[in-house]
Parts: sequence; structure tokens; C-alpha cells
Amino acid sequence: MDPTRAPHTAPPPHADRSAAAQADAPAEGYNYAYLDERTKRMLRRALLKAVAIPGHQVPFGSREMPLAYGWGTGGIQVTAAVIGRGDVLKVIDQGSDDTTNAVNIREFFARTTDVATTTRTTDATLIQTRHRIPETPLREGQIMVYQVPQPEPLYKLEPRRAETLALHAVEDYGLMNVKLYEDIAQWGHVETTSDYPVRVNGRYIASPSPIPAFDNPKMDHMPALQLFGAGREKRIYAIPPYTSVQSRDFEDHPCTVQTQGHACALCGCTTSYLDEIANDDGSTLWTCSDTDWCEQQQLAQGDAR
Amino acid sequence: MNGTTRAPLLQAEALSFRFPGETQGRDAVRHASLDLYPGEVLAVVGESGSGKTTLLNCLAGRLAPREGSVRYRCASDEWVDVHAMPERQRRLLARTEWGFVEQHAAAGLRMGVSAGANIGERLMGLGERHYGRLRDSAADWMSRVELDAARIDESPRHYSGGMRQRLQIARNLVTRPRLVLMDEPTTGLDVSVQAKLLDLIRLLVARMHVAAVVVTHDLGVARLLAHRTLVMQGGRIVEHGLTDRVLDDPQHPYTQLLVSSVVAP
Repeated sequence: MDPTRAPHTAPPPHADRSAAAQADAPAEGYNYAYLDERTKRMLRRALLKAVAIPGHQVPFGSREMPLAYGWGTGGIQVTAAVIGRGDVLKVIDQGSDDTTNAVNIREFFARTTDVATTTRTTDATLIQTRHRIPETPLREGQIMVYQVPQPEPLYKLEPRRAETLALHAVEDYGLMNVKLYEDIAQWGHVETTSDYPVRVNGRYIASPSPIPAFDNPKMDHMPALQLFGAGREKRIYAIPPYTSVQSRDFEDHPCTVQTQGHACALCGCTTSYLDEIANDDGSTLWTCSDTDWCEQQQLAQGDAR
Repeated sequence: MNGTTRAPLLQAEALSFRFPGETQGRDAVRHASLDLYPGEVLAVVGESGSGKTTLLNCLAGRLAPREGSVRYRCASDEWVDVHAMPERQRRLLARTEWGFVEQHAAAGLRMGVSAGANIGERLMGLGERHYGRLRDSAADWMSRVELDAARIDESPRHYSGGMRQRLQIARNLVTRPRLVLMDEPTTGLDVSVQAKLLDLIRLLVARMHVAAVVVTHDLGVARLLAHRTLVMQGGRIVEHGLTDRVLDDPQHPYTQLLVSSVVAP
């Protein structure tokens, strides 16, 4: 990330066709949002079921996407299933709008659906994310789509699928705390700082995808709808708006968010989640991981001055 | 003795089990019936392939018998049918009122996590959410099974066979079960470790007044631990009675053969 970068402004679709002729041209010969209608219907059925049972993993027939596994094939399928012509799409990768993954997925949907894209959280109706929740509080009507590598929170301790299914079914979640116990026994505190397991609606334990534990509190009673897609593992799950999401912990070791002890070098924000960036001279720079948040803060400060 | 303690804890009636794909008449367990009373230790002896472990798995609800039923009297004094009850209830029972000690400790333990977490897992499953208390009971149970409590954070991978087996016993007894099923708990350990482990099991079982079914091919284990002994051959229970009676005065020809084939040093 370049500290002197210009503020993002999303180009209106096809605004500059001569400059980026190929990249911005609508993809021809593809159905709206790439997937065919029957596939989207299958995905929507899975999504409806997932929303009806918060936190429960619903299997679906994951398709091969023009993207490698691990780059958001689950998220991209969920987005394709829910995106409408009136939607405004924002795609972030680790909070940033301008990384390769985010730019490619945004462009993919711009070309296959012709919907408007944005980098501003407040303008977006649909946000596909990898590993972060925007700092700007989300509102009703927005949809968050998470890219999930491993949807099964119990997987590391119980690799048998049939067994974890049974454990979810009978609500036998002692195992989840075994993992946290191990952390405390080894490190003196819960060392899990991302993908921190949560209990959804007091029932299912779910993986929040590898977002930092810093973001876990934002999921609790979030006004936006949260959808999770795991393409390789072929699972979809969801957290409906205003649903209780509690991080698992111990009474004497409650889940706490570790503060990073820095302020953003660009906007001075002390409450956001920061990325540590290595400079060429060996020094490090701490900046907001959420680039849109950082820009809004800088703009606000500029206005104030 | 009042009426409730005299009533059996576990009742199996005419259990038959056949592995899928086996032809008719080749049942692994045939018409096995038994009663187990609170605080009683029952040994199941017999040669390899006689159906001992299959019988134990049927009792534990892990294998569904083709015929017959297993009934268990819960702590609430209510009788439940082990195979008819829903999975959720059976699992709850298995992690509260029952214990199961596997022949290979690696199958009964979580080898990837520390000894303390192994002991604490059942407690956490029952809703214990206090790390300090979990830790205390783990340390307490480690010393009860004569493991060094200082090794609480070590992985069972670093433990010897006998220590693993003791850890497995601690993991099962931590929720104070009423019934423990053991599948060859001392097989594969060397003789002196076997003797110590048997001593420990005998002590714990007597102190905690748990009922136990111990599957073994070693008549010495039956002699040391069990009040009563069942002898199995070809899936059938051919003889049962008080352990001393069965071993000192065997009636069935197969039991006679079994007893006479023990090599005395």
C-alpha cells in the first residue's frame, strides 16, 4: 500500500472504454452473473435454508469458477446468486478495496452483471469480503458475503465429517472448548486471534471465516444479513440480521480483543484494526486495514481543516 | 440393601448381532443375556473372535443388535432402552453416566491435545466454563491415577502405554460415571505395568462404586477384578457365575479347556 495513494473513486461502468478497453467490456455469451439460472436457484435454495437455521452449514453443489480454490470461489457463487441489477457491489480483501483479489472479483461482476461498483461501505448494498468486516457500521438492507476456507469450526479437532455433523446435531460442543483450553494451557490466554469460533443464536457453533477476533463483536446483532460461502468445502451458512453471535470463551478467561497499541499512520484512527506494513528501509508502518474507512477519516479531517 | 440398589443397572436380553454381509447363522453374538448390578464388576472372557468386544459394543449402544434389547437404569431410576433412545440422549448418557475404556488408548484419547484437555473434555461437554476449575479437576484426577500432575500440559503422545491407559481411565471417571465398559484395558502392556494398572482399576472401581464390564482374554484379569465372569465361545455365553467358582470349578468343557491352558510360571 502506498501511503500517498489517491483516494479511490469507483469509475462508473464503462466510463473509460478506450483506456481499459478489454477489462471493462461486458463479457459476452455469459448469463447474468456468470452462473446459469438453475445453478443460482440451487444456491438460493441453500441460502434460504441457511438463513432459516442460523449458523447451520448447508451443503450445496459448488461449481467450478474462473478462480482458484482459496481465492473466494464460495463467496463469488453466493454473490452471483443474490446480486440484482439494482445492487451496488463492494469487494474487499483484508479490508482493502485495491488488492488483486478484490479488484478481480469486482471487475468480474462488473463485466458479467453491469451493476454499479463502489469502494464506499455506505454506498454498497452488497459487500463481498475476505477476512474483514468494514469498520463503518453496516445497516439494514445490506448483505455481507464472506469467503470461507474452512466452514467447520470443529475440523481441527475432529476431522471426521460424519462425526462433526453428529456433534452439531446433538449440540455436543465440549470439543470446541478443548481448543480454547489448549490455548490457555500453552500460552496463558486464548491465542486464537482469527477465525474465533462463535455460537450463533444460542445454538450452532460456526466459523466466522478468518476475520480477526477484533471483528467478532461486530457480528453480534448486526443489522445486515451475513452469508458465508465455502466453495471447496461446498457449504453455505448464514446469520440473519439482528441475531445473537457470541464468541466462545471461559468464565475466567473471557474473549477479549487485543489492542494493537498503535494509531493509523495515515488517518490517526485508534479504534480501527490496523495492518503492519513493512517499508523498504526496514521500518514498519501501521495503517487501517479498512482502506475505505481510512479515506473517509482523512476526508473528514481535511474538511475540518 | 434397599430395593433400588438390588435392582440391576444394566440388563441385556437375548442380544444377537451379525455383521453386515455375514451369512445366516454366523452371528458374532447369539442370544446373549446378562444383568449387571450397581457396583459390580463383570468380566467377559473367551478366545479371540468369540464375540466379547462385539457384545460390549452392543451394550454400549455402538452397534445395533439384530435382536434383543439393552436396558439401562438411569440415575433418575428410570429405565431406558439403549438402542431405542434418540442419538442425542445416548450420547449424553455416554458422556455423563457411562465411560468406555478402549483397548488402544490412542482410540479413546485425543492425541493432539494435552492430558489436561483430555480429562477436561467431558466436563466441558457438560457445560463447565471455568478454566481454573477444569484445571484443578484435571490435576486432581491425574494424581488419582498416579500420573505426575506436573505433566498436565504434555501431549499423550509423550506418555508410555501404561500412562496413556491411566489417562484414559481418568478421562472417563472424571464425570463420575455409574457404568464403565472396558475393552481389554491391560492388553499390550508389560506384566508389571499390567499389575499396577489392575490394582488401580480395582481401587477406583471399589471406591467410586461404579459398575464395570471388563472384556479380557486374560483369566488373571478376571480373577483380580471381577465379581462375576461370563465365558463366551462362538458368540454364545457358555458359562457364567462367580469368578472364583467359574475359574476353580469350571463346568463347561470350553471353560475347562480355557482354565487348563493358562501357563503358570
